[in-house]
Amino acid sequence: MKDISIKKILKDPYLTAGLLITGIILIMIIVGFFWMPYEPTKMNAADKLQGISARHLMGTDNMGRDVFSRVMYGSRVTLLIAIGTVIIGAGTGTIIGAITGYYGGMLDEITMRVIDALFAFPSILLALVIVSVFGVGWIQLIVSLGIAFVPSFARIVRGEVLRCKNMDYIENARLQGVSDLRMIFVHILPNMKGVMASSILIGFNNAVLAEAGLSYLGVGSQPPYASLGKMLSDAQQYMFTTPSYVLCPGIVIVLMVLGFAFLGEGIRRWK
Amino acid sequence: MEIILDVTDLHIEFHDHDLPETAVEDFDLMLGKGEIVGIVGESGSGKSMSALAIAGLLSRHQIKKTGRIMFDGNDLLTCDRKTLRQYQGDEISIIFQEPMTSLNPVKRIGWQVEEPLLIHHPEIKKAERKARAIEMLRSVGLDKAEDIYYMYPHELSGGMRQRVMIAAAMIGNPQILIADEPTTALDVTVQAQIVDLLKKINKERGTSIIFISHDLSLVSQLCERVIVMQKGRIVETGKTSVVFTRPMDTYTKKLIAAIPKIDLG
Amino acid sequence: MRYIIKKFFMMILTLIVVSICVFLAFNLIPGDPVVRMLGLEASPELVWQTREKLGLNDPFIVRYFRWFTSFLRGDFGTSYSYSVPVAGMIANKIPITLTLGLIAFCLTVIVSIPLGIITAKHENGVLDRIITVFNQIIMACPPFFSGILITFVFGMILRVFTPGGFVSYKDDFGGFVRYLIFPAVAISLPKTAMTVKLLRGSLIDEAGKDYARTAYSRGNNTNGVLYRHVLKNAMIPVVTFLGMALADMVAGSLVIEQVFSIPGISRILLTSISNRDYPVVEAIIMGIASIVIVINLLVDVVYRIIDPRIEAED
Repeated sequence: MKDISIKKILKDPYLTAGLLITGIILIMIIVGFFWMPYEPTKMNAADKLQGISARHLMGTDNMGRDVFSRVMYGSRVTLLIAIGTVIIGAGTGTIIGAITGYYGGMLDEITMRVIDALFAFPSILLALVIVSVFGVGWIQLIVSLGIAFVPSFARIVRGEVLRCKNMDYIENARLQGVSDLRMIFVHILPNMKGVMASSILIGFNNAVLAEAGLSYLGVGSQPPYASLGKMLSDAQQYMFTTPSYVLCPGIVIVLMVLGFAFLGEGIRRWK
Repeated sequence: MEIILDVTDLHIEFHDHDLPETAVEDFDLMLGKGEIVGIVGESGSGKSMSALAIAGLLSRHQIKKTGRIMFDGNDLLTCDRKTLRQYQGDEISIIFQEPMTSLNPVKRIGWQVEEPLLIHHPEIKKAERKARAIEMLRSVGLDKAEDIYYMYPHELSGGMRQRVMIAAAMIGNPQILIADEPTTALDVTVQAQIVDLLKKINKERGTSIIFISHDLSLVSQLCERVIVMQKGRIVETGKTSVVFTRPMDTYTKKLIAAIPKIDLG
Repeated sequence: MRYIIKKFFMMILTLIVVSICVFLAFNLIPGDPVVRMLGLEASPELVWQTREKLGLNDPFIVRYFRWFTSFLRGDFGTSYSYSVPVAGMIANKIPITLTLGLIAFCLTVIVSIPLGIITAKHENGVLDRIITVFNQIIMACPPFFSGILITFVFGMILRVFTPGGFVSYKDDFGGFVRYLIFPAVAISLPKTAMTVKLLRGSLIDEAGKDYARTAYSRGNNTNGVLYRHVLKNAMIPVVTFLGMALADMVAGSLVIEQVFSIPGISRILLTSISNRDYPVVEAIIMGIASIVIVINLLVDVVYRIIDPRIEAED
């Protein structure tokens, strides 16, 4: 990861495309904090289900609300849920994986059994179980998805820790009497930057997709704070009359995931 | 002596970077029937490249080859792929440095030894193929040939795998066997056994062998003639006994001086 | 054989761990299902009697064993909301969800393996580049969005199928499968894209290995090297992925069933989650988890057949 220059980044089509797409989405979200064309929850019975126009860049929905403003707001909700999910999932997963991988033994065996068992659940199902335990709401959703993502991060980190554990420099540090915690957090984990960066980006994408899926099923964010997934679920029945209402939030989800996927691919190829 | 392989003016250039890189220049080799020729040189000297070119295994687009490799009235550099494939594994065989990775990990040993027969002589019946594979395995010094026939590569040691590679290379009874550093990855005792095996094959079947190595003492044990290469060029060539006792080139002198003790038998 | 037996016991162990997790999760939930069932005005005696009748007053361990053993016998308890056996509620829904997942899986395998081979064979060619970009976009598409688009394009514009016109497998099996094809495409799209990407990379990797060079040296042509040598090695990681994908597709059908209004397991699961009808939720979750665990065992068996090195490592 040395000599990061703009010229070198622009040479890689994946990084360029990733930065461009992610940049546009982020700008849209940030601008949304200060200004939106309309109030996203303001209904206007006269302007129901309009197509794309100069007044409404992405048309309006079945209650006459401006879809562009709602997409700006919804992207923010989706992004925050995804960030929260990854923080919980990667944070907890890293700690569990690092500790079990480093100490090994009985603790490791048991934890790995439980994680294997949790792995048997596709993450959307696991999140559904947890949502049904905690109830419906966006905080519950973050916690559920976060927990659902713990096993995969724990596995990755554990594998990496096992790999690093036996390297010469770790042996050296051990001989010098470095404490276990310092060993894990100062000597081992920083070596996994590359692996972690791409797993976080992949996890992020999975979080966006899982959130969209759960919201679509109606167990995600609740109105009026609609995420992109929820908007799609509401919009589906108007596909024929007002395609823009369905396509716009859908395309924004695709772009969001695509941007991060390209960034991840670019980072993976970076030499 | 009948000449069966005649390489003249072989040039190999790599074009996968901005600047073309020359790997082999002005390489000449005449191989007689039943002869063993050694090619020595340090890594990067172009000896393996030349061998791969003769075996027809340098076919990537980024590699430019000129010169002539005459075998059986055909130039292996310019003949069509189909003609080249007819020789590969049947008339010209090759074994490699890494017996650990040169065998397919998910195929049984027997199948891999039989494969050249399957490709070049599809008329041979299955039972006959098997009998010949087992006989071949036995003749390369693998005692439990019937058991080994059904085993997978990971169940064998490095020396045994190299014997399997030799068995597969020899099953079609080729005229030329190219051995590209066949002993480098093996233990010293096993090295000697493999060299003995190659000697035996040469004697019993009259197979011509091109033996590539950076180990001069092995070359001196096995080869009648030697070619010394440095940086893609031949620096010295001649009878092994002459080259090793009265080297003309300074590089050859250095190579010989670098051997702790040389036994010229 | 030893390997398979070992994996079988691991499977049983995983199943037990899963069942404990599921049971624990649903017993830690705040709120009394009996109160929900009878309403807040119910007298404490009635609540107590009902709890006794449902066995909710017994110690945790007793309840777990009772639940787990009856689960193994195929008795999934009684729905809180509808007071009917759960087994009857889900029995005729499971075939729908499973068929959908299986069709999606078959589509994935049939489409992705040839595409993976073609793209690897013509690495960096025009077709390869187009498919690679296309793959990235498909992977970024949530399946339900593809589902909506498919409904729109094939159902409403081209009228190849009738959205919402689900046919029960009991009435017309052909029509049932025909209706499930489009939802199955929606489920399989992202998995197909991932499999193509994985197989392509794996094939290119394997083709650069020493044994592929050995294969060429024996006179194999490109197809001989590819199909006789490289493909089987390259399939090893793909089989693992496909196993996980099959599990994901069974779960993924939950969302797609909603998009295409298929009366599978999804609707019952979602209603039961919002009604806190735990026996139903537990049964469905355990059912899907068991299917996934059995799939994992099958993957291990296939794995063993492809890769002879596995046994040696144990």
